[in-house]
Amino acid sequence: MNAHLLEARGLRIGATLQRPGEKPRTFEIVHGVDFTLEKGKVLGLIGESGAGKSTIGLASLNYGRGPVEITGGEMKVNGKNVRDLSPRALRELRGRVVTYVSQSAAASFNPSLRLMQQVTEACVRHDVCSRAEAQERALDLFARLKLPLSIGDRYPHQVSGGQLQRVMTAMALCPRPDLVVFDEPTTALDVTTQIDVLAAIKQTIAHMGVGALYITHDLAVVAQMADHIMVLRDGQMVETGPTEQILNAPRERYTRALISERHPLAMEKSATGLTPLLSLRDVSATYPGIRFDILKKVSLDVLPGQTLAIVGESGSGKSTTARAITGLMPPRAGEIFFEGERLPDRIADRSRDQLRKLQLVHQMADVAMNPRHTVAKLIGRPLEYFFGLKGREKHERVLELLHDVELGEEFLHRYPAELSGGQKQRVCIARCLAAKPKLIICDEVTSALDPLVANGILKLLLNLQAREGVSYLFITHDLAVVKAMADSIAVMLRGEVVRYGQKSRVLSAPFDPYTELLLNSVPETRPGWLEETLNNRRLETADQC
Amino acid sequence: MSTLLNSAPKSALAGLAVTTLFFGMAVFAQVIAPYGMSDVVGSVWEPASSAHWLGTDNIGRDLFTRMLYGGRTTIFVATAATVLSFVAGSVLGFAAAVAGGWLDQLLSRSVDLVMSVPGLIFALVVLSVLPPSLPVLILVMAFLDSTRVYRLCRSVAGDIVVMDYIEVARLRSEGLGWTIFHEILPNAMSPLVAEFGMRFIFMVLYLSTLSFLGLGIQPPSTDWGAIVKENSDGLVYGIPAALAPAIAIAILAIAINLVADWVLSRTTSLKGGRA
Repeated sequence: MNAHLLEARGLRIGATLQRPGEKPRTFEIVHGVDFTLEKGKVLGLIGESGAGKSTIGLASLNYGRGPVEITGGEMKVNGKNVRDLSPRALRELRGRVVTYVSQSAAASFNPSLRLMQQVTEACVRHDVCSRAEAQERALDLFARLKLPLSIGDRYPHQVSGGQLQRVMTAMALCPRPDLVVFDEPTTALDVTTQIDVLAAIKQTIAHMGVGALYITHDLAVVAQMADHIMVLRDGQMVETGPTEQILNAPRERYTRALISERHPLAMEKSATGLTPLLSLRDVSATYPGIRFDILKKVSLDVLPGQTLAIVGESGSGKSTTARAITGLMPPRAGEIFFEGERLPDRIADRSRDQLRKLQLVHQMADVAMNPRHTVAKLIGRPLEYFFGLKGREKHERVLELLHDVELGEEFLHRYPAELSGGQKQRVCIARCLAAKPKLIICDEVTSALDPLVANGILKLLLNLQAREGVSYLFITHDLAVVKAMADSIAVMLRGEVVRYGQKSRVLSAPFDPYTELLLNSVPETRPGWLEETLNNRRLETADQC
Repeated sequence: MSTLLNSAPKSALAGLAVTTLFFGMAVFAQVIAPYGMSDVVGSVWEPASSAHWLGTDNIGRDLFTRMLYGGRTTIFVATAATVLSFVAGSVLGFAAAVAGGWLDQLLSRSVDLVMSVPGLIFALVVLSVLPPSLPVLILVMAFLDSTRVYRLCRSVAGDIVVMDYIEVARLRSEGLGWTIFHEILPNAMSPLVAEFGMRFIFMVLYLSTLSFLGLGIQPPSTDWGAIVKENSDGLVYGIPAALAPAIAIAILAIAINLVADWVLSRTTSLKGGRA
């Protein structure tokens, strides 16, 4: 009988932590998971952060981060339990039989070695083949992954994020392994880049016939890549089955929640007869030491009580727009009007009232809160600063604000390190609301969160808008979020606004080429979507020729 | 407070006990001392006995009494100078990191200038011009040491001011005071506490060095450095009197740093030290 390529039986993974002065305690992260994977197939592991996806992926290399280790059950690669392997045999397994592609390629390469050396290293170290042959293999893989052949001569900082992610895939495939573990390989990429990387990875693994574990929290992505899907939650398997079945006929409630309507939908509000709350007129901005403009004559309006969404890829100038409006980076030219008045360029010249009415929610809630302040102090400070509230009055208002963001009294004395990702973002929103703002700039507020948690934040923001009449300037690269939140949309590309107007108009034909590319690069939760989209594109380019 | 002490590891408790003992002996030196500070009560370099616990010094004074009074001066001067240097160094260092620009340049280049002159030589020059009184001594030592504290604080704060939460404070247009004391200081506590333990001991050694060279504490007052100087000739004849202050300094150094380590482990916790 042929052994399975990868087989997990009652797999348990735990971590032993020891705080100074306490007895060591063991936490179980994965509580008994079973699955099998055959050669040439792709198994998608899906779940929220903390579900144990990466932990299981790394267990196939018998590797645990920090104090994490397999505590029970079996993890067999080609019929051999990885727990029984000697250190020497384990070394043979890792990087030769099983390879790993990590989420953040940029942080995983050695910055001072050329890419070719890093791609071929595993082959040469494991005596799979000679350096010359390894380089030949690498060049072949570069071609398959649609990378320039000369990329091997460059250093990691000289190539883009999407390219680096593909180089990492080449690195994993170079020793011709039996199994590749992909750990969120496209999560950090823009949608327009993601589609190319997905296609390249999919074609290459199909061509080489390797098995793959594909870890992601994005259902649409896993729908394109995987033959089977396993849904995980809190270290337990919720449901497993063929991709079609999981997507079309999920059995468990949790799976249905993941798949069903991902986002709330805001009705588009009418724009007629409203005077803009915030207006940008021909705003140009640049960073010191850069000769060209990062923002090129941007003109936008935010209407009272409405949401303007700015979409674009990284580097398109979305965040720079926010920095120009908040005064963190005074514009080089152009004017910004707020409530009909010219807003001074620099923070120092703005009135306290102007600062109060214009609030910013950062992308990373972790670093936007002082880790040494309690929630009470974080939310209380704007109350003290803008309204002079003290003691009892301040305390009551803080409780009210916590209630507004659906958090209870028990959070008052917690530190940010004691909050989950979603709770942190809620505290940041409460801190903004404390100032009773007219406009809140939301800079990618949900992009670091799990889909279900992000959904909760979006709903909260919509409720707050309905109740308080606050305007949002929503900066995001996620078109699903834009569709859910916006009344009007501005599409940015390389510092310019390429398309701007009411949501219904921006999202309907005729499109400009970039908006069209952006729109149909958003993965759909439908197997076969990837091939279809790429085929359509190929046909179009053929037509043009 | 009692739960705080219960949760402390044994090493910290030992350090705390010894440190308290030393400071207590310094404060109550006059009460504890069996003899007058300058009274000649025996012959030269008597060995330890029940009348003279540590023996007598080079002119027949009780060494234990001398150690108490010397410790009082040493600990008082070192504490005052360390606190002063930390207050000045950290406030200026944080301000330079937050404000940047010309203020940062002015302060940092001035500090470079002071640091380019060897500390001992700087002190020798200044103390030979100014009268060697206690306040002058403390100010000179604090001034020289604050340059090191400034450097540390500026670089620690440099990593903190780029964080988003400082941006949030900046968006509110918070003043320099709030930014330094509420946003930066709590996050810079750990390296500062560690540095404090070490700097205090350096101060003790520095003062002892100055006294040994005759520029520090002037007779008839004494400190541990002066006791070494007075009794150093005895070492040739196998008289251990000069070692007493050295041993005292070593014990104090270890005790203070055991306490500092404990405070450090508490301040590094991001959960308010409650975990």
